[in-house]
Amino acid sequence: MGKSIRLKKGYDIKLIGEASKEIINIPSAEIFAVKPTDFLNMTPKMVVKVGDEVLAGDALFFDKKRPEINFPSPVSGEIVEILRGAKRKILEVRILADKEIKFKKVAIPFKLDADSVKETLLQANLWSLLRQRPFSIIPNTADSPKAIFVSTFDSAPLAPDLSFVIEQNKSSFDKGLEVLSALSSGHLNVGLSANSSLSVSTGNATGFSGPHPAGNVGIQIHHTDAIKPGETVWYVDTQDVVVLGKLFNTGEYHADRIIALTGSEVNNPRYFNAKVGQSLTGILSESVTSENVRYIQGNVLTGALSHKEDYLSAYTSQMTIIPEGNKAEFLGWLLPSTKKLSLSRTYFSWLMPNKKYTIDTNTHGEERPFVVSGQYEKVLPMNIMPVQLLKAILAGDIERMEALGIYEISEEDFALCEFVCASKIEVQKLVRQGLDLMLSEG
Amino acid sequence: MKILHDFLESVKPNFQKGGKLEKWHPVFEAFETLAFVPADTTKDGVHIKDAMDMKRTMATVIIALVPCMLFGMWNVGNQHYLAFGMEADLMEKFMFGFWKVLPIIVVSYAVGLGVEFVFSVMAGHAISEGYLVTGLLIPLTLPVTVPLWMVALGAVFCTLLGKEIFGGTGFNFMNPALLARAFMFFAFPAFMSGDIWTDLSPEQGQTVLDAFSGATNLVAFDTNYVTMQSASDMFFGFEQGSIGETSVFAVLIGAALLIVTGVGSLRIMLSVFVGGLVMGFIMNALAPDAANHAMHMPAINHLLVGGFAFGAVFMATDPVTASHTAKGKIIYGLAIGAFTVILRVFNPAYPEGMMLSILLFNVFAPLIDHMVVEQHIKKRLKHA
Repeated sequence: MGKSIRLKKGYDIKLIGEASKEIINIPSAEIFAVKPTDFLNMTPKMVVKVGDEVLAGDALFFDKKRPEINFPSPVSGEIVEILRGAKRKILEVRILADKEIKFKKVAIPFKLDADSVKETLLQANLWSLLRQRPFSIIPNTADSPKAIFVSTFDSAPLAPDLSFVIEQNKSSFDKGLEVLSALSSGHLNVGLSANSSLSVSTGNATGFSGPHPAGNVGIQIHHTDAIKPGETVWYVDTQDVVVLGKLFNTGEYHADRIIALTGSEVNNPRYFNAKVGQSLTGILSESVTSENVRYIQGNVLTGALSHKEDYLSAYTSQMTIIPEGNKAEFLGWLLPSTKKLSLSRTYFSWLMPNKKYTIDTNTHGEERPFVVSGQYEKVLPMNIMPVQLLKAILAGDIERMEALGIYEISEEDFALCEFVCASKIEVQKLVRQGLDLMLSEG
Repeated sequence: MKILHDFLESVKPNFQKGGKLEKWHPVFEAFETLAFVPADTTKDGVHIKDAMDMKRTMATVIIALVPCMLFGMWNVGNQHYLAFGMEADLMEKFMFGFWKVLPIIVVSYAVGLGVEFVFSVMAGHAISEGYLVTGLLIPLTLPVTVPLWMVALGAVFCTLLGKEIFGGTGFNFMNPALLARAFMFFAFPAFMSGDIWTDLSPEQGQTVLDAFSGATNLVAFDTNYVTMQSASDMFFGFEQGSIGETSVFAVLIGAALLIVTGVGSLRIMLSVFVGGLVMGFIMNALAPDAANHAMHMPAINHLLVGGFAFGAVFMATDPVTASHTAKGKIIYGLAIGAFTVILRVFNPAYPEGMMLSILLFNVFAPLIDHMVVEQHIKKRLKHA
């Protein structure tokens, strides 16, 4: 292992409902749904129409602004429905899956270098496995990044143990890293948890220790090789590295993922195998019995709102199910309580650092202007002044946003700031607003 | 609690869109959220939130102020009976002070919150919790003989012109409680200095002692500092002064609560104390030969006398009006402490310097922050 970096700022939220290390298979439902809404800043245009037959890996739709970027089908089968929402926005592409999956095959290049890898990815319609910072969008095909980053651990609340996930497909993971190293012309950075025994075959490994958000790729980028204005870095989700590896070993798109089913409302939290787009109705109905719950694709800080008949999104590695907090509480803001979690020391959670909590979705107060100072800085391990940056975003001051580091941040890095905010300000929404402004104006 | 909740739910439609009392929704909401944490759940962004909110922050400050308030009430009685040379026990002194101080607190809250209610209804925004603290701070900075109508005027001034006009809590740039105090001082100086510190309500069959002096220790400090009371008296607060400021001991109990809970900035508190102490030492070093010149007073006494400790812990630490950056807080605190000592020593017309010093650096706080942020930006650019 190369460097080791110890991060001091941040906060580990310990919740009940961690997934036990067993992986089950769920019965594969017939309908799969791919959601273009999974991909930021992307307006889809359909390639296929209802009734078409596709192979796993065939293009379903492409990016209107960048037609060379296609998005693949996770299974083979027949397109049965294209679900549209307001203003005919495409919400889901539904596929009736074959019993036996048939794969599209792409030619695997002899030599792995940046150009051949790019070419293969575009052929296989898997360019969407890559994302970039700044903005967290899918990168332009003509770009060359400064480096590619992979974080091999997730420090978010109840996050899956990615080492466990990698173990199940180690050789594919290693191949994937090799591919990325070629794609980045040797500038591959891999972030490891300081106490993990994972061995990394290619790339510069850096060990990170400390509380969440140490596992966030943005934080790791900041401490390894920070983004300067004008630079882009690409990053790939750990499970997508496995997909890459399988692609370059077999020429086929295997959309398999290992998902951690977590949260206090799950009867038996554990892992399950699923493909992107798979129906979650079965596993959710058998694992969750209460009605008044919130389904989240992702973790409690950055996850997307889901529901009990949802389909697996493209970048999901975790489902979290927690109780809804839609009950009023008498004098809840005044009375002492050992059941509440707070970074501050106005409750008792700071005296019991290893206790795990059941937290619901109650906001615990209403939105107010910025009042207290110093809170956000405690949980943001970056050389960035968060409140000043957020105020610059609110003012729409582009120069100031640039000067304060808007290009280095993403919503997930500020998620803890939103969690601890006593004024209940919607920080992540503001961050996205700022990033969108920079995308359009900057 | 169910009964209360059901009652509120049944009355709520009147205050919502289309209801008869729709305009008064902010007022209804203020009472409803005071009784119950609302059943609102997270929408965009994080799905869970920290259990602390503005109400709990303010409630913690109020609890931290209780020792000062209780001691202040007792001390009002204490000074009263001392002036008459009468004997009285703890309960008698406390109850005397209680009945003198309570009306001031009630008027402060009623008038200030009234202004906030009116403004929230007019502007249509929620009532913020800021006044819960200001309402208790104002009485503690006043002499007990202050007329109630003056308290009301001060409360109106600070809430209206010090806060609401800028947008409410979070948008003001000067400490509201100190603004009220400053307003009262400059508008009604005769009621704010002189022999107004001790309540001399007549006691049957008793007359005020000849030896009674209405001068506080700060007045003694200016004229002949050796005539000040002992450091111990000043630390525990057995002296004349504003209702809540005399006891440094009570202030420190409150400070401990604020620091343990993390609600008050230890950085600011320490910086103010250090700034005052250091400037006190400089004064000692540069003092002229005259033996009773104010510059000779031991530096540590500056921290004990007058409103220094109270201001350092409860006023300077107001998060909205202090500097927001970590480095800025240190500069801000040091400046306040030092400037207070300078004002005290060199300005004979005005014994106390803390209030004006804090207000002055409230105005400078954004500039201090700006310099810190510019320095941060320059460092970031250097790495680019």
